[in-house]
Amino acid sequence: MQWETVIGLEVHVQLATKTKIFSGASTAFGAEPNTQACAIDLALPGTLPVANEQAFRFATMFGLAVNAEIGKRSVFERKNYFYPDLPKGYQTTQLAEPIVGAGFVDLELGEGRTKRVRIHHAHLEEDAGKSLHEDFAGMSGIDLNRAGTPLIEVVTEPDMRSAEEAVAFAKKLHSIVTSLEICDGDMSQGSMRFDVNISVRPKGQEKLGTRTETKNLNSFKFMEEAIALEVERQIDVLEDGGKIRQETRLYNGDTKKARSMRSKEDSNDYRYFPCPDLLPVILDDEYIESVRKQMPELPEAKRARFVEQYGLSSYDAGQITMDKFAAAFFEASTKISGEAKLTANWIMADLGAYLNRTEQRIDQSPVTPELLAGLVVRVKDGTLSSKIAKQVFEAICNGEGDADTIIETKGLKQVSDTGALEKIIDDILAANTAQVEGYRAAAEDKRAKMLGFFVGQAMKASKGQANPQALNELLIKKLNG
Amino acid sequence: MHQFTIAELVKGLRNKDFSSTEVTQHYLDRIARLDKTYNSFITVTADIALQQAAAADARLAAGNAPALCGVPIAHKDIFCTTGVRTSCASKMLDKFIAPYNATIVENYLNSGVVMLGKTNMDEFAMGSSNETSWYGPVKNPWAIDCVPGGSSGGSAAAVAAHLAPAATASDTGGSIRQPAALCGLTGIKPTYGRVSRWGMIAFASSLDQAGILSRTAEDAAILLNDMASFDAKDSTCVEREVPDYTADLNKSLKGLRIGVPKEYFGEGLNPNTAQLVEDAIKVYESLGATIHSVSLPHTHLAVPAYYVIAPAECSANLSRFDGVRYGHRCENPKDLNDLYMRSRSEGFGAEVKRRILVGAYALSAGYYDAYYSKAQKVRRLIKQDFVDAFESVDVILGPTSPSPAFQFGSKTKDPVAMYLEDIYTIATNLAGLPGLSIPCGLVDNKPVGLQLIGNFFAEGQLLNAAHQFQQATNFHQQSAPGIE
Repeated sequence: MQWETVIGLEVHVQLATKTKIFSGASTAFGAEPNTQACAIDLALPGTLPVANEQAFRFATMFGLAVNAEIGKRSVFERKNYFYPDLPKGYQTTQLAEPIVGAGFVDLELGEGRTKRVRIHHAHLEEDAGKSLHEDFAGMSGIDLNRAGTPLIEVVTEPDMRSAEEAVAFAKKLHSIVTSLEICDGDMSQGSMRFDVNISVRPKGQEKLGTRTETKNLNSFKFMEEAIALEVERQIDVLEDGGKIRQETRLYNGDTKKARSMRSKEDSNDYRYFPCPDLLPVILDDEYIESVRKQMPELPEAKRARFVEQYGLSSYDAGQITMDKFAAAFFEASTKISGEAKLTANWIMADLGAYLNRTEQRIDQSPVTPELLAGLVVRVKDGTLSSKIAKQVFEAICNGEGDADTIIETKGLKQVSDTGALEKIIDDILAANTAQVEGYRAAAEDKRAKMLGFFVGQAMKASKGQANPQALNELLIKKLNG
Repeated sequence: MHQFTIAELVKGLRNKDFSSTEVTQHYLDRIARLDKTYNSFITVTADIALQQAAAADARLAAGNAPALCGVPIAHKDIFCTTGVRTSCASKMLDKFIAPYNATIVENYLNSGVVMLGKTNMDEFAMGSSNETSWYGPVKNPWAIDCVPGGSSGGSAAAVAAHLAPAATASDTGGSIRQPAALCGLTGIKPTYGRVSRWGMIAFASSLDQAGILSRTAEDAAILLNDMASFDAKDSTCVEREVPDYTADLNKSLKGLRIGVPKEYFGEGLNPNTAQLVEDAIKVYESLGATIHSVSLPHTHLAVPAYYVIAPAECSANLSRFDGVRYGHRCENPKDLNDLYMRSRSEGFGAEVKRRILVGAYALSAGYYDAYYSKAQKVRRLIKQDFVDAFESVDVILGPTSPSPAFQFGSKTKDPVAMYLEDIYTIATNLAGLPGLSIPCGLVDNKPVGLQLIGNFFAEGQLLNAAHQFQQATNFHQQSAPGIE
């Protein structure tokens, strides 16, 4: 049987506000445990929450960026459950009246394929603290520094049909929130966490299959792996005549294994009700417009501008603008070199590969926009062949200086000078008289193939520095005698 | 000295008739001597009080001291006080010391008011008799075998026994007005949002409001001037200028339109109490007010709606008492569940548990619409009743509670009978309106309270009506037998 995968996501995005959503404590990551938790975060009796305006501003920006209606009246509710890292015994969140209503995000999947993923809604809520189960001799430690950090939880419709689409959506979301500068996007610190709802159904069937939820995935890679694993598991179960149990699952990125955490029957009754300590928040059109005006350029708009202003292909522009730091790098470098297309290629290919390999971020790249521009200029003006350029790039990566310095010290200048090339060619033709005879005797259509031999020899003799075009022209001229 | 009202103390301190230290010491001595009988204090803060009194005396000597500087009062043990235990009369918080002051405590500190101690109350303010306190019941100074009312019974008994000239209190469904009635005092619950809730341990957040128990309406006005403030730390606090509540005290009541709701004189009201309220109406007529019959048709739904909404909110508000970070923790928990179950089972009393259970039930899946949503609809109807009534009258008048103070144990077996104690007071909390109770006579030598309900933020008008009544009568000057 042919199976279709159906995926919906719930994404927790930590907002980069200075202070917590309901208290004045700092949200900075990495402080000593419980040093960034004030009386409100500790839920001492008599303390009261006051909503953080910046969190509303950020959530509104997000809503506008995903083409959503902004909830002009949003209401915080209490979600009741007991857990040691949940100090109040309830999480303050939104349910019936969230800040961000229905919206959508359009994805480009490459090869011209596109996909629209609908956003069901996004709501504001507070994060919990952390339970630390190691180092306490059988006991657990609680760190409440994270308690009260503002989150938006983005809930999609079950619109994705593959891990590829889900990951593309996740990456797009990442690029939106980082471009808006409402989230630092640092997944290793939990700034974005994904819950993936997965079900499968026979192709052509309309009714959705029973879904499972794999919680708390904190990298695109783990997300892709977890989806593949879960889809395979569900298909196996169904093909063996079994049934999928609605449950919450956990994926371990180290062992590459997943396990069931709890079934639906064990789930809590959260007893939501509107939080009486917080009044409904009313946002008027004027406020929403003022937020819209302050919004940084979104990836979508930036991409259109890059196509228009720099003449990049839509796909290249999409790739570059996915990461706001890459986009900024591109613009800075292009401004110096004046070579948009080449710059984009270098960023996407060699620079991207180098940064990936060395696990560095483009905004902290040792190859600066200035260094790349210096290289691009020398490729463009023919000083460097593309092959030699790669060598120069490696040398730049190794900190050997800028392109011109490296070309100078290593003598890597491309040989386009006709006199020098003529000397090389004459030597080669003299040394390979049999091949020259063969070439000259061959039919026109065979000659092109035979030319390769001479080019290879000449390149070798020039240590790769011969300008290929000049070399070709001169060779043909000489061979044709 | 303990006969003085707040107004008289303010004057005497200004005139240097006595010092704050003298007044404070006098009250501390009385508390030490007499409170074994009443049990009105959970914690007496003698050292702090004397330090504050000395500081107040210095400010008074220097001149420019705020009006209330040097006046001692007691705080209900629901208000957090830096460095001093705040127990909410619960075993759960027997050892809890807050690192911050409630805003009202802070306001009074800034005014130079002296804190005598923290008063007893029903556990987490849940009760109408003060019998649910972990620290034992409070005795009514008027009748030692009777309850002082609740939940602010300790504040009421302390003021009635002249162990403090006035006390702070809180009112979620009648917890200021009913003890005021049962102890022969003036008690005011301001409009919801008038006084900050920061640092007041929450029972039901949408209903809780801090207020005052005092001997006279004038004292209540003086104290409310400093208690009320806008506080950005409480999102439900209303940003609105605080008027001088003493400004209109002496205004004539000529032309004041008083509404008397017929629903407040139905079944369950003690006929002697009803008679005293009728008599009070005649006093108001003699003062130039006009009396109008009004209807609050949803009155009978107030108690049922309240006992869904208040427990629902309390079920969440009290979840933080889990034995994890502070408060009572059971010994040797064997796992997390055991820690929660035993800490909470041991830390909370029966009435608190009952309300948490009722609230959790009312909010649970499948019951939310039938209970919580329905109760919220009723709440809106009750508020609308008042809005409609205030179209044609200025103040609403009725009894504060159905009968005078009752004996210990007489209602503890029947929670519903206890809940009906607040039948006339609960609606104002549901509507968010200000309410006030003043003494209007005795039945069987026990005080009876007259309730006045005002429009939103009409505290000044209520206090004016109460003060004028007290100028024309002497019920408020009567002391409990044996209290010299």
